[in-house]
Amino acid sequence: MGLLRVLPFLLLMGVSVLAQSPTYGVGRTPTAEEIRTLDISIGPTGEELPPGRGSAKEGAEVYKQKACAACHGATGIGGPAPALKSKAGPEVPIWQRERILPLRSPFATTVWDYINRGMPVGREGTLTPDEVYALTAYLLYINGVIPEDEVLDAQTLPTVKMPIGDDYASLPDWKPRTRRLRGYPY
Amino acid sequence: MGSKRPNRRELLKSGAALAGGFTLGAVTPALGQTPAPAHEHPAMIKGSKELIAYGERSRFVTSVRISHPPGGRPSPDAFGKVFHVAAPLQDSVGVITPSSLHYVATTRGSFMPDIDPKQHTLMIHGLVDRPLTFTMEDLKRLPSVTRLHFIECAGNRHNARQTNVQETHGMASCAEWTGVLLSTLLKECGVKGSATWFVAEGAEEVKGASSMPVAKAMDDVIVAYGMNGEPVRPQNGFPLRLVIPGFEGIFSTKYVRRIKLVDRYYLNYNDFGHLDENPKVAALDYQIGPKSVITYPSGGQQLPGRGFYEISGLAWSGGGTIKLVEVSTDGGRKWNRAEIKGTPQRMAFTRFGYGWNWDGNETEILSRCTDEIGQAQPTREQVAKYWNVPLERNYRVPGLDNSVMPWRIGKDGSVKNGLA
Repeated sequence: MGLLRVLPFLLLMGVSVLAQSPTYGVGRTPTAEEIRTLDISIGPTGEELPPGRGSAKEGAEVYKQKACAACHGATGIGGPAPALKSKAGPEVPIWQRERILPLRSPFATTVWDYINRGMPVGREGTLTPDEVYALTAYLLYINGVIPEDEVLDAQTLPTVKMPIGDDYASLPDWKPRTRRLRGYPY
Repeated sequence: MGSKRPNRRELLKSGAALAGGFTLGAVTPALGQTPAPAHEHPAMIKGSKELIAYGERSRFVTSVRISHPPGGRPSPDAFGKVFHVAAPLQDSVGVITPSSLHYVATTRGSFMPDIDPKQHTLMIHGLVDRPLTFTMEDLKRLPSVTRLHFIECAGNRHNARQTNVQETHGMASCAEWTGVLLSTLLKECGVKGSATWFVAEGAEEVKGASSMPVAKAMDDVIVAYGMNGEPVRPQNGFPLRLVIPGFEGIFSTKYVRRIKLVDRYYLNYNDFGHLDENPKVAALDYQIGPKSVITYPSGGQQLPGRGFYEISGLAWSGGGTIKLVEVSTDGGRKWNRAEIKGTPQRMAFTRFGYGWNWDGNETEILSRCTDEIGQAQPTREQVAKYWNVPLERNYRVPGLDNSVMPWRIGKDGSVKNGLA
């Protein structure tokens, strides 16, 4: 009973400890616009995704227009850059298929994020959100992840079911001064 | 000496001492002596404005970095992009890698961004009470730390085809880093209790980003502007980079411009590289294990004859300080305690030495180390046994390869890769 009575008080104390006040008062508050401009890492919930939309058909056009084929091959295979299309079919377990981002990633948001931040090489940051949605749809389509007519936007992209499901390792709960793997002597 | 002082002052005033290109110490005693004929002087380096302003190493010191791996993707490539460049550890002494020889790796291959530090800022936002943007000037006002830390690329893997320690271990280096602890900045921002991960992002063209646990941020991450006594160099992240002590190198985000506190693993592109089927392997691809290598004598070097040699090498661990280094000079049958030079630092190169009399016979020399939390550097045999798999010639040690590296000494004094 005693503990229950003081519990709310203890919780309040905890919150006040977490909500530290600044010690040095150095640095300035960024504007909402500055945050929006820089906030380009797209997490699994897709909350950072900008408005826009695109389908695989449109993506195939963008793929041609932006000369993606020069590095990745006309069909996503056979260029000097990493392959974008799996040669194996869905009957092969995902971990035995190639390490291709739009196939193996647990989240379609990772595909969008990478095209947006890293492509095309030498002209990074020049694709419009519509073009990135379209290219993402195209790459997911040629790997059999979504149908050709599916339209991706900020709402649908995070809900795409990737073939890997949750068949991947989560990372360890890292703590200072602990072994890199429990029970591993090396 | 006293009578010479006015002379020295006059020289300084006139600038003649600088024009001579000698150190002041060398100039002063010469003033009272009859100059020797020029032909009796040893070879000299003529002073120049440039050499006074910024020193150079001797022309007899020719140690350089190389593209990694040899025969792989070259740095620079045809476009001037840099991918993987290995440090010449075979020539290293002490524990600090000169900044000009520090290994370099970039996300995907990258141009070096040419950033004006006056324009550069670091924004911290997301699950914080107060998002804040810091200029470089802001950061230099805050309490700083100066610490030695190694950084090692996950691609630092030894195999039977390599010929020297630059190829086997050169994707690791150690520098003295100066900057502000990330925890200091996060306390300024006030991290919300729901924040469990942070995403750090660079300003280079691909904007390399990695997810890391907030526990690491609060422990020992440095937001570094200084390296080996000067500003961090462009290849190493000028003007600002993260140093994530003990984690695989890719986490030490260069050109860092943004840190976002989030409530989940973000799985950005760099994180995709850590995606694995097996949770044990995923864990080993994170914090670096205890690792050591003999740098002298090492592959490609030549022992001039039998007799005394101080075997010398480097040991490091992502688990903390190095507690023990052992050297074997008989192929791993007997292990001898090596001398640790200086005071080992957490997650830093530690130099070790072991006095050895080579009897002129063929043998194999190896080193192994143990860190402060009891992790021990394994042989490839031990790793294969742990995973219960046969030890094949091209067996790939899971996670960053921290297995023991053997060097084979031939009867002729040649030193070769013991894995070959």
